[in-house]
Amino acid sequence: MKKHIITSILYTVITAVLLGIVYPLAVTGVARVLFPKQAEGELITRDGKLVGSALIGQAFTGKGYFHSRPSNAGTGYDASASSGSNLAATSKALIDRTQASVTAEENGTPVPVDLVTASASGLDPDISPAAALYQVPRVAAQRNLPPKLVESLVQQHIAQRQLGLLGEPRVNVLELNLALNAMAAKD
Amino acid sequence: MSLNGWLQILLFIVLILLLAKPMGSYMTCVFERRRTWADPLLGPIERLLYRMTGVDADHEMRWTEYALAMLVFSGATLVLTYVVERLQAVLPLNVQHLPAVAPDVALNTAISFTTNTNWQSYVPESTMSYLTQMLGLATHNFWSAAVGLALAIAFVRGIARRESKTLGNFWVDLTRGTLWVLLPISFVFAIALVSQGVVQNFRPYDKATLVEPQTVTGTDGKAQTVTTQTIAQGPVASQEAIKMLGTNGGGFFNANSAHPFENPTPLTNFLQLLSIFVIPAGLTVTLGQMVGSPKHGRAVLAAMTILFAVGVVTCYWAEAQPNPLMHNVDQAHTQMQPGGNMEGKEVRFGIANSALFATVTTDASCGAVNAMHDSFTPLGGMVPMVNILLGEIVFGGVGAGLYGMLVFVVVAVFIAGLMVGRTPEYLGKKIESYDVQMSMLYLLIFPLIILGFAAVSVLMPTTGLSVLANKGPHGLSEVLYAYASATGNNGSAFAGSNWNTHWYNYSIGIAMFFGRFLMIIPMLAIAGNLAKKKIVPESAGTFPVTTPLFTVLLVSVIVIVGALTFFPAISLGPVLEHLLLHAGHTF
Repeated sequence: MKKHIITSILYTVITAVLLGIVYPLAVTGVARVLFPKQAEGELITRDGKLVGSALIGQAFTGKGYFHSRPSNAGTGYDASASSGSNLAATSKALIDRTQASVTAEENGTPVPVDLVTASASGLDPDISPAAALYQVPRVAAQRNLPPKLVESLVQQHIAQRQLGLLGEPRVNVLELNLALNAMAAKD
Repeated sequence: MSLNGWLQILLFIVLILLLAKPMGSYMTCVFERRRTWADPLLGPIERLLYRMTGVDADHEMRWTEYALAMLVFSGATLVLTYVVERLQAVLPLNVQHLPAVAPDVALNTAISFTTNTNWQSYVPESTMSYLTQMLGLATHNFWSAAVGLALAIAFVRGIARRESKTLGNFWVDLTRGTLWVLLPISFVFAIALVSQGVVQNFRPYDKATLVEPQTVTGTDGKAQTVTTQTIAQGPVASQEAIKMLGTNGGGFFNANSAHPFENPTPLTNFLQLLSIFVIPAGLTVTLGQMVGSPKHGRAVLAAMTILFAVGVVTCYWAEAQPNPLMHNVDQAHTQMQPGGNMEGKEVRFGIANSALFATVTTDASCGAVNAMHDSFTPLGGMVPMVNILLGEIVFGGVGAGLYGMLVFVVVAVFIAGLMVGRTPEYLGKKIESYDVQMSMLYLLIFPLIILGFAAVSVLMPTTGLSVLANKGPHGLSEVLYAYASATGNNGSAFAGSNWNTHWYNYSIGIAMFFGRFLMIIPMLAIAGNLAKKKIVPESAGTFPVTTPLFTVLLVSVIVIVGALTFFPAISLGPVLEHLLLHAGHTF
C-alpha cells in the first residue's frame, strides 16, 4: 500500500509535467512554425483594426447587412461565453422566439429554418446559401444596389462541401458583409 | 435526409472498420511488450519513468493489487486537479486573472475528469485558467483514458490466461498505453487540427471592434450598445486531440465541439468522429488476438456495429423532421439548406453530422457534443440517452467500452448455457455462479445510481426541479440524462439546466465516482476469477462465441436488459414528449 502511494505521487507529478506542460508547449511550438495564422484564430484586420475572426460569427441586425442566426452566447455572439439555447422542441419560449424572428425576416415566402434558429455555439459564423439568398432583396433595396450584383456576391461566398463530400454548403456572414461594405465603398 | 448525408455516415463506418485491424494489432504489440517502431524513442523514456517512480516492470499483480494501484493513482491525480483549480489565481498562465474555482465546482470537476466523465457544470472560458486547462484537466484526459485502457487489457488477460493468479502490472499497462498509444496519436492529431483552424496559443482574449455595433438587452433588462467582441483563446488543439481520442469529451469552451475554435470545419469534425471510435474499435481486434480467437473479436465488433447503425439511422431520421409547431418556416432539405431541426445545430455540420456525432459520442463514453442534445427532437434526443443507458458498450469509451461489453458477453454466454441446460463456457472457461453474481452486480449498480438519484431529484421541487430549463416531460428527460451521463461517465448533457448548484454538483459527483470505481471492482473480480480457471476442451455442447448466432444473442441480451431496466423512465420522458409535440402541446 505504502509503495503504491509513493509511486502514485511520483508518477502523477512526473507525468503531469510531461502531459500537462511539455506536450502542449511542443504542440504550440510546431503549430506556430507551420500554421501561425490558424493557431491564432484566423483574425481579420481592416485598416489596422481587429474586426473579428473568420471562424467566429458576429451579430448583424441592420437592414443593409446580411443577418446572422439568433445567438445565445452571452447577449449575442459573445465569443467569451459560447452557448446554445438548449430549448426543447416543445418549449413555448423556443416557438415564441422563432416566430418573432420569422416576423422580422420574412419576405413573403417561408423563411429558411437556420436563419430563425439559434446555433449550438451561439457563434456560428455561417448561414445556409438559402438563408443568404433569401436576404438579397432586402439588402439590395436598403443599399440601393442592383439585386443581381448582390446575388452574385452571395454566390461568390458560398463554400461548398469540404473535399466535395463533408459537411454542408455554407456562407460566412462576416466575410460576406465585409465584402459588401468594400463593394459599397468602391461605388 | 439526403444521399450526401447517408454517404458521410457510410464513409465513417467503413473507415472505422478498416482502421480497427491496424489499430488493434498495434495495441496487442504494445501491451504484450513486443517490439514496435516507436521503441527507440519511447523505450528510454519508459525505463527512466520506471526508475524515477520505483516501478518493477516485471512484477505481476493479482486483481486486488491491480485495483488498489489503480485506485491510489486515481486518488493522487484527483488531488492534483483539485489543488490546481483552487490555486489557479496565484499560479502562472492565468492571462484573464480568473479567481480560484469554488470548492464544490472544483471537487465536481476533479471527480469528473478523474472518472473520464468530463461533466462540466461551469463555463470553461470564464472559469478555468490556461494552466488549469493544461495541467489540471488535459492531463486527466490522458490518465483516465490510459487507466481505462489498462483495465480492459487486464480483463482480456483474465480471459486469455489459464491457471494464473495475476493480470499484469498496472503501472506498465498505464505507461505503455500513454506513451505508445495516446501521446503520439494526440500529437499528430493536434497539429492536423491546428492546420484547419483550431487555435493553439497563450494570448490574452482578443478584443475585436464590431463591424455593426449592436443594441442589446443586458442582464439588467436595460438596452445597451455593444461595440466590441471578446474572443476567447487558448491552447485548445493540444487538449482537443486527447479529449476526443481518450473519449473524455470535456470542452475547452462551453459549447464544446460546436465552438468554431474547437471544431472549425467539416474535416475536423470528421477526424474527431474517427478519433472517438478508433481505439474502442481496435480493442475488439486486440481482444481477439490476445485470447487467440480473432473471430470472437469480430463477433463482438459486429454486435457493436449493429447497435451503432440502429442508433444513427434513428437519430438522423428524427432530426431531419420538421418541428410541427413552427409556422412559415422552410424546414425542407434542399441543395441550398440542411433544413430539419436546426435549433442547437451549426450550419457547417447540418443534420447528418450532428446526428452522427450525437450517436458516436454517446455510444462511446466521450460526451463531446457538436450540437445541443437538449434541443434535439424528442426521439432524436432519445437516441443518445438510450446509448448511455445501455452502458456505453457500443464501441464504448477507451477501455471501459470493451470491459463493459465483456460483462454482457459473460451474461450472454450464461443465458445460452441455461437454454441448452449445461454449464456455460466462455472460450474454454466455465462460467460459474461467482462470475454471474459479479456480472449482475456490475449491471445493477448502474441503474440503481441513475434511477435512484433521478427519483430523489424530481421529488424535490426547489432543489431538484426549479433549476430545469424546460418543463413537462422534457424536464424529466433532463434529470434522467444528467444522472445517466454522470454514472455512465459520458459527460454530455441536456445542458440547458443550471446544474451548478450544491445538490447537483455533489450528487452528480457521487454518481460519477461510483459509476466508475464501484463498477470496476466487480469487473476486475471477474477477470481475476477467470484467470485462475482451467481450460475445458471444446465439445459438441459448447456454445460458440464466434458465430453470427452469438452476435444476435449478444445484441438481444443488451437490448433486453436495457429495456427491462429503463423502459418506464424512457416512456415518461422522450416518448411522452414526442406524442405531446405532435398533439401540439408546448410547455
